[in-house]
Amino acid sequence: MNTPDSIPSHISKADWKRLYNRSVSERRWSTYTLWVGVIIVLVTTILSLAAPLSGIDPTEADLTQVLLPPSWEHPFGTDDVGRDIFTRVLYAGRLDLTFGVVTTYISLVIGLVLGALAGYFGGLLDTIVMRAVDLVISFPFIVLILAITAITGPGLLGAYVGVLAVSWALYARLTRGEMLALREKQYIMNAQTLGYSAWRIIFVHSIPNLLRSNLVFSMSDIVLNILTLASLSYLGLGVSPPTPEWGEIVAQGQRSLRTAWWISTLPGLVIVLVGVGFSLIGDGLADRLSEDGGGAS
Amino acid sequence: MSEHALGHDQPMLEITDLTIGFADARGIVLAADHINLKLHRNETLGLLGESGCGKSVTLRSILGLVPYPGEVISGSIQWQGHSLRDASHRALERVRGREISMIFQDPTSCLNPVFTVGSQIVETLRTRLNMPAKDAHQRSVELLDHVGIPSPEQRLKLYPHQLSGGMRQRIMIAIAIACEPQLLLADEPTTALDVTIQDQILNLLGMLRQETGMSMILVSHDVGVVAQNSDRIIIMYAGRIMEAGTTGEVIYHPRHPYTRGLLAAVPSLDRAGERRPLTSIPGQPPNLARLPQGCPFQPRCAFARPECATIPVELDRGYPEHGSACPFVD
Amino acid sequence: MSVLIYMSRRIIQSIPVLIAVTLIAFSLIHLVPGDPVRLMLGIRASDEAVAILREQLGLDKPLPQQYIDFVVNAVRLDFGQSLFLRAPINELIAARAKNSLSLLVFSVLVSLLIAVPLALLAAVQRNRPADHLVRLFTTITFAMPAFWTALLLVLIFGLRLRLFPTSGLGRGPAEYLISLTLPSITIGFYLAPVLLRSLRASLIETLSAEFIEAARARGLSEGRVLFKHVLRNSLIAMITVLGVNIGFLISGAVVIENVFSIPGMGSLMVTSIVARDYPVVVALTLVFGVAVIFVNLLVDLSYAILDPRIRL
Repeated sequence: MNTPDSIPSHISKADWKRLYNRSVSERRWSTYTLWVGVIIVLVTTILSLAAPLSGIDPTEADLTQVLLPPSWEHPFGTDDVGRDIFTRVLYAGRLDLTFGVVTTYISLVIGLVLGALAGYFGGLLDTIVMRAVDLVISFPFIVLILAITAITGPGLLGAYVGVLAVSWALYARLTRGEMLALREKQYIMNAQTLGYSAWRIIFVHSIPNLLRSNLVFSMSDIVLNILTLASLSYLGLGVSPPTPEWGEIVAQGQRSLRTAWWISTLPGLVIVLVGVGFSLIGDGLADRLSEDGGGAS
Repeated sequence: MSEHALGHDQPMLEITDLTIGFADARGIVLAADHINLKLHRNETLGLLGESGCGKSVTLRSILGLVPYPGEVISGSIQWQGHSLRDASHRALERVRGREISMIFQDPTSCLNPVFTVGSQIVETLRTRLNMPAKDAHQRSVELLDHVGIPSPEQRLKLYPHQLSGGMRQRIMIAIAIACEPQLLLADEPTTALDVTIQDQILNLLGMLRQETGMSMILVSHDVGVVAQNSDRIIIMYAGRIMEAGTTGEVIYHPRHPYTRGLLAAVPSLDRAGERRPLTSIPGQPPNLARLPQGCPFQPRCAFARPECATIPVELDRGYPEHGSACPFVD
Repeated sequence: MSVLIYMSRRIIQSIPVLIAVTLIAFSLIHLVPGDPVRLMLGIRASDEAVAILREQLGLDKPLPQQYIDFVVNAVRLDFGQSLFLRAPINELIAARAKNSLSLLVFSVLVSLLIAVPLALLAAVQRNRPADHLVRLFTTITFAMPAFWTALLLVLIFGLRLRLFPTSGLGRGPAEYLISLTLPSITIGFYLAPVLLRSLRASLIETLSAEFIEAARARGLSEGRVLFKHVLRNSLIAMITVLGVNIGFLISGAVVIENVFSIPGMGSLMVTSIVARDYPVVVALTLVFGVAVIFVNLLVDLSYAILDPRIRL
């Protein structure tokens, strides 16, 4: 790579420096945002995990501390029954983050395997899987969730089942498309002529490649799933009070919106922050992985 | 193909010491380095070289079309006495299509697929020449006819994907000459076409040049195409000019080792009966990010010697009749 | 002519899907525990009263029979009566549909107003500061939960600045639109990042296409190149994304309807499920299904119009 020491004689130092900076800054920005994302996610996770260390009970009411605005003692203020919102948010973090990660990666595994099988074998299996994907995606999500929570009763279980029932389809569709393309590639055909079994081809040779775009998408999916849980809790499905969950805290704050704006706004900000963190990681991964795979020279 | 009066009339286009660089995440690369060329009225200049040698980007720089992240770092481009390199956006737009036109390699992707062919020709005529709609339509028909397209009226209403490659290239040419430019830049105009169509297109270009006295810069990696259609030839390698001169000189008395290698690799039909093994130039194509000091051709040159790393890569005194950048051979 | 044939073919193909969807909705809602008759009459009602009412409502017939009745009537566009509200379902849905539709249209307009200019800016200034800012904006808005955006807007513009009403729909055209403003902006911000992402990517791809370079080489002004040639080619990608999301929004706007107390189809669906109002639930599912299929059809048709290479 041309470094500043080897400037050709006919080019001014200023020009060279400008070009050099440009070539470096793109990479720099991408790395920078990736790290910001990682830090955000790490800090939130650590703080949430450390929540019990604070010694404050997130569900205990203290009517002497009702509706206090943010202060050093209560960074996010208190709600209408005197609970410290910051602690509630941290406790809620354990729930939401777990939900996001678990639903996403279970869906990823299911979708990846089904999509790979459908794409590789084609025929009836492909048709069945793809029709199932279409059905699941076009079914009104609200109806599905409401029905499921009505059957399972209110609570996290309904949310988990509902999201899992739909999430896998996105990965399946993505993977199947890529598998169709991968199938035609040289080294897969080589493996076939060498007599490798289908299972070996799929699991040892194909899936590592298919994993790439699934992982990138999983970052956005975590955000989406957390948002879904928050929305469900906001509506009164999902979690039931007094269990703290980000959406639920925001919903509770709606009553006091006029007088105590901090109850709804600040926890929401946390959701946005975490979402941004995961998205930045996703973007950074996308840059990295496409460079390694597709970069020329 | 007359021998041109060298230096008798002023060159229309004069490129001096042009350097074009690209800066992206992989580093800084000089796509074209120290390029000098002159073009006179009614003259066709061929730029010959492998892909990646800088010939296309040099062509684009004339019209200010070097894509980001590339840019012209130094040197000057003079057109009819005016500098194109420093020209304002407006001034460049005035020159494009009217005084200097360009045709591209792949006619499939050079026409906007969602508009009819006719509308694209008419668009050029109306915006560049301020023609009223009816006249523009009439003129489009005439243009298509002129470039040899049968039933032009019908063809105008078609979309690019409904026409053959040869037709699309003719239409490209029709659009390019619509405003009667003085210079036509042709970037690999025949590379994407069938061999039989190639001839037709080249003949068409020849005919147009004869009619209007239009000059042309023809870029190609195909020796035959360049040899048969140019008055002068410039050989490029790794962004540098290796050899330049009149066609006759360069083709029949190549001086630079690279040129010799290039010409030896071409199967020759006029020496039928002579059995000659097909030779190809040994070694790998150059990596522009890692060029050696001095002459870029060293790694593949049969005549390389230590001094090659210290010479300035410039055409010698044989230029403009016939100059070579290699002082050691011939 | 081929357009009509294409449309009829698509409609016929969608019928099995619609049947499947209604079947599933029908089964699901009946799987859910809870008896609407008891819910209506209260816990203390006698078994006799319950039985009589059940017979009156036709709920005593075997399930398959109930489903067939539903289908037969649905074809005649007669969805019967709501169990809970004792009103013809047609009227119920029609009133709500108007609101949901207005909200949808308004929201799409807002999202386009945000997404298109920003995407153009980002694509033209690719990898330069303006692009980075737009991408940051996209990331942030993507992570904003819709209900939070809604509350934020209500807080700032509704309560503090008192510019817009915070709940319900106004009477009269002007008030109606004004009362739809905050909810539409909310949904607009929800849609915008998705549209932005795909439009920006599509614009970048088109901008580096050879025919755009050729257009510039012809001396066409940058403005013309951008707005006529580039945008036209990139619209297709965006319309696909828009179509998918509209399909989702048709039923998914519940949260917003909830926050702003807008009587739309989403909230009707929620209350019906909670009340175990079977006929309404299944009828609404059918309506949603038809709407989604219709939107997909429109999207496909628009492809054919926008891109001459795609012919039906």
